[in-house]
Amino acid sequence: MANLLSIITFMPLVAAAIMALFLRGEDEAAQMNAKWLALIATTATFLVSLFVLFMFDPADTGFQFVEEGAWILGLRYKMGVDGISVLFVMLTTFLMPVTILACWNVTHRVKEYMIAFLVLETLMLGVFMALDLVLFYLFFEAGLIPMFLIIGIWGGKERIYAAFKFFLYTFLGSVLMLVAMVAMYVDAGTTDMVALMEHEFASETLSLLGFQVIGGLQTLLFLAFFVSFAVKMPMWPVHTWLPDAHVQAPTAGSVILAAILLKMGGYGFLRFSLPMFPIGADLLTPLVLWLSVIAIVYTSLVAMAQEDMKKLIAYSSVAHMGYVTAGIFAANQQGVDGAIFQMLSHGFISGALFLCVGVIYDRMHTREIDAYGGLVMRMPRYALVFMFFTLANVGLPGTSGFVGEFLTLVGMFRADTVIATIATSGVILSAGYALWLYRRVVMGDLIREGLRAISDMNAREKLIFAPLVAMTLLLGVYPSLVTDIIGPSVEALLSQYHAALPAAEVVRAGH
Amino acid sequence: MTAADFSILLPEVLLALFSMTVLLLGVYGGQDRLASLVNTLCVAALLLAALLIGMGEGAARSAFGEMFLDDAFARFAKVVLLLAAAAVLLMSRPYMERRGLLRFEYPVLVVLAVVGMMVMVSAGDLMVLYMGLELQSLALYVVASLRRDSLRSTEAGLKYFVLGALSSGLLLFGASLIYGFSGTTLFSGILSAAGEERLPPGLLIGLVLMMSGLAFKVSAVPFHMWTPDVYEGSPSAVTAFFATAPKVAAMALLARLLFEAFGAAGADWSQVLALLSVASMFVGALAAIGQRDIKRLMAYSSIAHMGFALMGLAAGSALGVQAMLVYMAIYVTMNIGTFAFILSMERDGRAVSDISSLHMLSRGAPLKALAMLVLLFSLAGVPPLVGFFGKFYVLKAALEAGLGWLALAGVIASVIGAFYYLRLVYFMYFGQEGEGLDRAMAPAQRALLLGAAAAMLLGVINLFGVDGAAATAALALVE
Repeated sequence: MANLLSIITFMPLVAAAIMALFLRGEDEAAQMNAKWLALIATTATFLVSLFVLFMFDPADTGFQFVEEGAWILGLRYKMGVDGISVLFVMLTTFLMPVTILACWNVTHRVKEYMIAFLVLETLMLGVFMALDLVLFYLFFEAGLIPMFLIIGIWGGKERIYAAFKFFLYTFLGSVLMLVAMVAMYVDAGTTDMVALMEHEFASETLSLLGFQVIGGLQTLLFLAFFVSFAVKMPMWPVHTWLPDAHVQAPTAGSVILAAILLKMGGYGFLRFSLPMFPIGADLLTPLVLWLSVIAIVYTSLVAMAQEDMKKLIAYSSVAHMGYVTAGIFAANQQGVDGAIFQMLSHGFISGALFLCVGVIYDRMHTREIDAYGGLVMRMPRYALVFMFFTLANVGLPGTSGFVGEFLTLVGMFRADTVIATIATSGVILSAGYALWLYRRVVMGDLIREGLRAISDMNAREKLIFAPLVAMTLLLGVYPSLVTDIIGPSVEALLSQYHAALPAAEVVRAGH
Repeated sequence: MTAADFSILLPEVLLALFSMTVLLLGVYGGQDRLASLVNTLCVAALLLAALLIGMGEGAARSAFGEMFLDDAFARFAKVVLLLAAAAVLLMSRPYMERRGLLRFEYPVLVVLAVVGMMVMVSAGDLMVLYMGLELQSLALYVVASLRRDSLRSTEAGLKYFVLGALSSGLLLFGASLIYGFSGTTLFSGILSAAGEERLPPGLLIGLVLMMSGLAFKVSAVPFHMWTPDVYEGSPSAVTAFFATAPKVAAMALLARLLFEAFGAAGADWSQVLALLSVASMFVGALAAIGQRDIKRLMAYSSIAHMGFALMGLAAGSALGVQAMLVYMAIYVTMNIGTFAFILSMERDGRAVSDISSLHMLSRGAPLKALAMLVLLFSLAGVPPLVGFFGKFYVLKAALEAGLGWLALAGVIASVIGAFYYLRLVYFMYFGQEGEGLDRAMAPAQRALLLGAAAAMLLGVINLFGVDGAAATAALALVE
């Protein structure tokens, strides 16, 4: 079991290769084969990843299941998980079979579609496991290719624009990170992330083009990483690619985008920004916190004005990611625990909401809110599921959404009361747009002629939602399932971070 | 003594003799009847030479009193350009045959150009440098206008010739200044004459003039104007050759000149190179956006790539040279694959080069489209494809040399550049149904296209050891 992490990471890729090489034909049988193969591969990956979860020792705050080997140019192939990353790995492997099931209705170039998702799974898992800078960048960036194709080939009417915007926006963000990574390599002489967390990057003020950069190299590196992760999260004001990408992506693509790809940004903050550049992070914390609360309030208001269901949920995602960044940069146990919790819970809830939209989109082929109304008359089960996830999105106690929001708000309150007060208003706003959406789509009279014949969820759709409902409830009533695993690692991260802060005071006092 | 000298020169001499022999063969065969045989023989000879040189181990040697150098650096560059030339000849045969262009002169001229390039990368003296360069250039002028009855092709040949002559003039003028101020044409002599202090103005002007001449050969901005026209006008097979081997040779020659003759004046030429580099990257990225012809597009793409390779040189370190060599090897592989595809672009038997003819290629020829997808993302420098590692090496060299601004400019240009590669992907995968391309593709072209794409994918594992060889080569040049 020495290579457990590599096995998990590359299993989907192997399945994709098998599919590419041995599956022939475009007829229905070939399509079903592709779907079943993808489902089996992702389910198997999930089952194997359970070993990691069960064998994981939360008390050990270092990296576990570490694999290491030589690679090119002094780079290392190094993988490992700790309390912060292990649950993201689980989230990915858990959601992939659900996603594959969600695209059971696709008939357009099925084989390629499945291959794209399998490759994407490998790359996403690699991001959460990589312990070498360049290896991380490789997985982080390579994910753009399958996602670009998923949006561009299987997307909606404006898919070309959305795919280009998605690719170029994120590419621009991450090449700055690449330069920063190379600079770190040059400065520290290694790309091993564990060693880099120990390395202290220079924080003496330096002058650049006549500007005095307080915090020196650390501030510059922090900013370069920040741009990349902020685009990925996405944070206000660099969130504009997300609504386009979501609206145009096929349902399964939206699920992956919202549930997993966005989490890479938050994971990056925890893995790089806080432990590697504590002084830069501390100096820029006010900026990040304010951007986060602006995101919470502003995008919630924008969500209220949307006519398109997917766009509304996309904006609500931006708002929820605002809690995550604010929680992370509150830099206390509740805040960071809450941020990780919120990311996991948002993975289930937003994924499920996009699936909810997918269910009625498959039937009516429109996402216009106005085209619906009174669905409860014809689709009672659907109405129930949709209500459950709407309330979870709002943060109803008893669902995982509540725990995440509550913890991050507590963390924020301890860090900055003003920020916390403004952020709390976002809870009310989110109730506003979510419930109003629900009211317009599900409640009311069934006046649209086209909806009279609409059918309720079938067995496959129920099967998709069952695990998501279960996880949302389970984490909602028993959150220590998560916090027990992440707690010790977060504590270690924060004690390291706070130990570096006196230096930040010195840097500040110098000005 | 002479025998020992010639033994070092053996591959070049043999290749030159070989080209004369097949030339005679072609002439006596009459009316291009033996053209295809000549082509095959030339491919075999080039591969054999690459094998011989590649197997050759041992310390650096020099012949004729350091006028001709044979070291790891020269060997690396020679192997790359020999393989590139062999691949180009291999894939151009079906293309030339279909158009009745397969004259026996074509492979012979290519081999002669390659001999010139081999002399270039081994040059240890200004005279040898110029001889190699001119042998290469004269052969290239002729192949550019190979299609004698086509206005475009002759125009391309003429343009290339006039501008090439201008650049040779600049180069010669610079060389004569350098000779005048240092009293020698040997690189090692120039190095000691230049001394450790600042370069005397005469040498400096000479250096800048020579760099301008060579910048023309690698088509770095602002000496790039000929590139799009010549690429577009020449027969595609010739374009494929232009885009690969001569670029490697000129880049290697530039490195050789700068490090062997002006190694002490790194600070002086580094800033010139940095300027050329940043201008090439941006012009290459921006100007390609408006192109509709895939050959013009590849011309701008190669300009942008040369900008990146120059960034490695600008670093002025062993790591920078290594980065440049790795970058060039990767660049050549990608271009071979891409041009193998371009050579096969036909509709109803007629060659097309408009990018809109790629519409929905993924439907008609999924495997070809997939291979192109891989190559295009690799050209754009997106990981995990090997093109990314080329950029990574170069960026590292630049940052280590303190050229942070250049690295930053480079990655921004690469994002702009990504747009037009993505647009080709868009045509192939997201476009509308339209008149597609013919599905047929010659086996050699298919093999090179798929091979290059596979190399881009699998290279992520260990880069096929190219980085190690490049490191040895770089250390041979920069102590």
